[in-house]
Amino acid sequence: MSYYLKRIGQSVVVFFVTVTATFALYRMLPFGPVEMMRVNLMNQLVQQGSPTPQQVEKINRMVEAYTGINPDKPWYVAYYEYLHDIVLYQDFGVSIVKREPVFDILFEAMPWSLFISIYGLALGTTVSLLLGAAMAYTEGSRFDTGMTIFSILNTTIPYYIVAIVALIVFSFNLGWFPSGGRMTQGTTPGFNYPFIAGIVEHAALPILSSFVAGFGGALAFRGNCIREMGKGYIRLARLRGISQGRIAIRYVGRNALLPVYTSIMMGIASLFGSSIILETIFNYPAMGFVTFEALMDRDYPLIMGSFVFFTSLTLLGILVADLTYGIIDPRVKGGAERESY
Amino acid sequence: MRATDDDTPSDDTPTRDDDSGRDVRTDGGLDDGGDARTDGGTGDETVFTRTSDVPTLTRREKARRTFDRRIYAPLAVLVRDWRAVVGGTILVTFLLTGLVAWVSASNWWLLESVVLVEQPSVMEGPIFTPPFQSMAYPLGTGVMGKSIFEQLVHAAPAMIQMILAGALLSVTIGTLIGTVAGYRGGAIDKVLMSLTDVVLTIPGIALIIVLAAIWEPRSPLIVGLLLGIDNWPRLARTIRSEVLSVREESFTEASRIMGLSQFTILRRDIISNLMPYISINFANGARTIIFESVALYFLGILPFTTLNWGVMMNEAYNGADLTNPSQLHWLFAPMLTIAVVSLGFILFAQGLDRIFNVRLRARHESTTADAESQ
Repeated sequence: MSYYLKRIGQSVVVFFVTVTATFALYRMLPFGPVEMMRVNLMNQLVQQGSPTPQQVEKINRMVEAYTGINPDKPWYVAYYEYLHDIVLYQDFGVSIVKREPVFDILFEAMPWSLFISIYGLALGTTVSLLLGAAMAYTEGSRFDTGMTIFSILNTTIPYYIVAIVALIVFSFNLGWFPSGGRMTQGTTPGFNYPFIAGIVEHAALPILSSFVAGFGGALAFRGNCIREMGKGYIRLARLRGISQGRIAIRYVGRNALLPVYTSIMMGIASLFGSSIILETIFNYPAMGFVTFEALMDRDYPLIMGSFVFFTSLTLLGILVADLTYGIIDPRVKGGAERESY
Repeated sequence: MRATDDDTPSDDTPTRDDDSGRDVRTDGGLDDGGDARTDGGTGDETVFTRTSDVPTLTRREKARRTFDRRIYAPLAVLVRDWRAVVGGTILVTFLLTGLVAWVSASNWWLLESVVLVEQPSVMEGPIFTPPFQSMAYPLGTGVMGKSIFEQLVHAAPAMIQMILAGALLSVTIGTLIGTVAGYRGGAIDKVLMSLTDVVLTIPGIALIIVLAAIWEPRSPLIVGLLLGIDNWPRLARTIRSEVLSVREESFTEASRIMGLSQFTILRRDIISNLMPYISINFANGARTIIFESVALYFLGILPFTTLNWGVMMNEAYNGADLTNPSQLHWLFAPMLTIAVVSLGFILFAQGLDRIFNVRLRARHESTTADAESQ
């Protein structure tokens, strides 16, 4: 129990560290956005001499309107307010370009990002584990060699290149899939066939690409399986007449999964980050795409808000994965002695 | 180790010879002609006074042995491993390309007139020349008539700078934090590992993108450093868990007993044993930095200051008619380059894995004890 508490506590600490770092980037650094904007406005408005108090007041108000932070306040007051607003009211400020609360924009976009990422990760992990096991069982065969070469080649090609090529082939040239958007125009949201088919159609290519991104584990799993299959207890199990399927799943699979599990967890961390790249390529209007647009517009409250959002989602994902580790590894009782990754 | 030497009369040889600190080599007094057996006295030859007659090496022999260990044996392993050969060839070609581009673009007095590959310029050729058609534009041209081959060549120096800066930064930080945390243990370990965990959980690409958007870094070196921030925590964790086992080894303990400084122990005993992990992580880090930087340049998040594969992809993606197969070579050329260079890094890392495999290396050394006894 103390392990779970510790683990949750750690996540909370990381969350606060991130929010603090975001604030520091935003407000404290000499070349952060708030400071830069203030300097720019100063140069524009004040031609010579020192600015009058009215001018300073005006500049501060303009900076506040653009960034949501008044540069005139001392940093600890600003920090307290920033933290206070985020934790208590989920208030990340108001987007400069869209003129809507940042939280509402991101919260509306979040499910779509989760949809793509989780399906991609789940598919990628499942298929790569199955392939890894199949490779291990047919070790040395032509299938094994071929798949090993394929896996190595797969790691040399970044997932966004897969995304671009898929887009060019299946969307621009063959026209099988749409090249942007997340639902078909003119369908009514709800539980009806055209709407669901439209969603699947739009999500197919992004999911395919994040599937490729999550595909790396096959080789590692193959190695673990082979190592595990050589152990004595497997031979004993065979001699006892336990069925092959049971040995493959309960004995080999389970024990070979443990070392890969940590890398799956790390996959979660890179997954949400990579959604910025993926969603931009596919014009898929979800969190990553919103973030990209905010970057292009220099919409700082939205950028900072989405960074905190990405971190929270990642933390949550890793926390869930970490807390469920004990289910696949019965030896970990609370996991107090274990490294967390 | 040195205890056996202490009783020999000519005690000056071991310190001169025993430079590696953990080579078990008992030395007889060989300056006086090699009749070491008589040195310890004839009557009471005991286990403590007897010395073995391993010949002292002359300077040339020592040099040969060093060469054999450090250069010949690793190369022999490398050459016998096809992955290392292919990977190494790709990487050397990549570095040479960078050198060629640097020489061609350089304004330094001797090199100013040397132009091996021209800088790409607008309308130097017809637009959309297909690849492999003319010698002047080996990979064809894009919509502005710029030679794709020249663009690729002149993008190499910036990419190399970026990769080196980023991979070096992440490897240095990772090794430093991992070794110190693992070796010292205690409170320092706790603090450093908590820090690592925090950085590990922060989604790296998102952080880098936010930082890149705020600072708009222009120099490829800075971009590389920025991308390196994300890479070190994993290495630090791996290294720490390795250090935990190495620090209990007898040679580390011996160094501690001899009173060597902690820095020396870390450098000679710990880090030298972790070189496989470090070099493999360097290669993997390099690959990650290529991927991430190209993505950021492709999306236009980083400002287009230097010629770069990502910038090329961006121009091609926006400039070419993507439904027209005869224009796609513009986009595929940089993509293929990325894939080939990262394949080079991956294969070379796997080859390095074999170099650091001690048993395999011993088989290729001609001056090891086994080789001499045969």
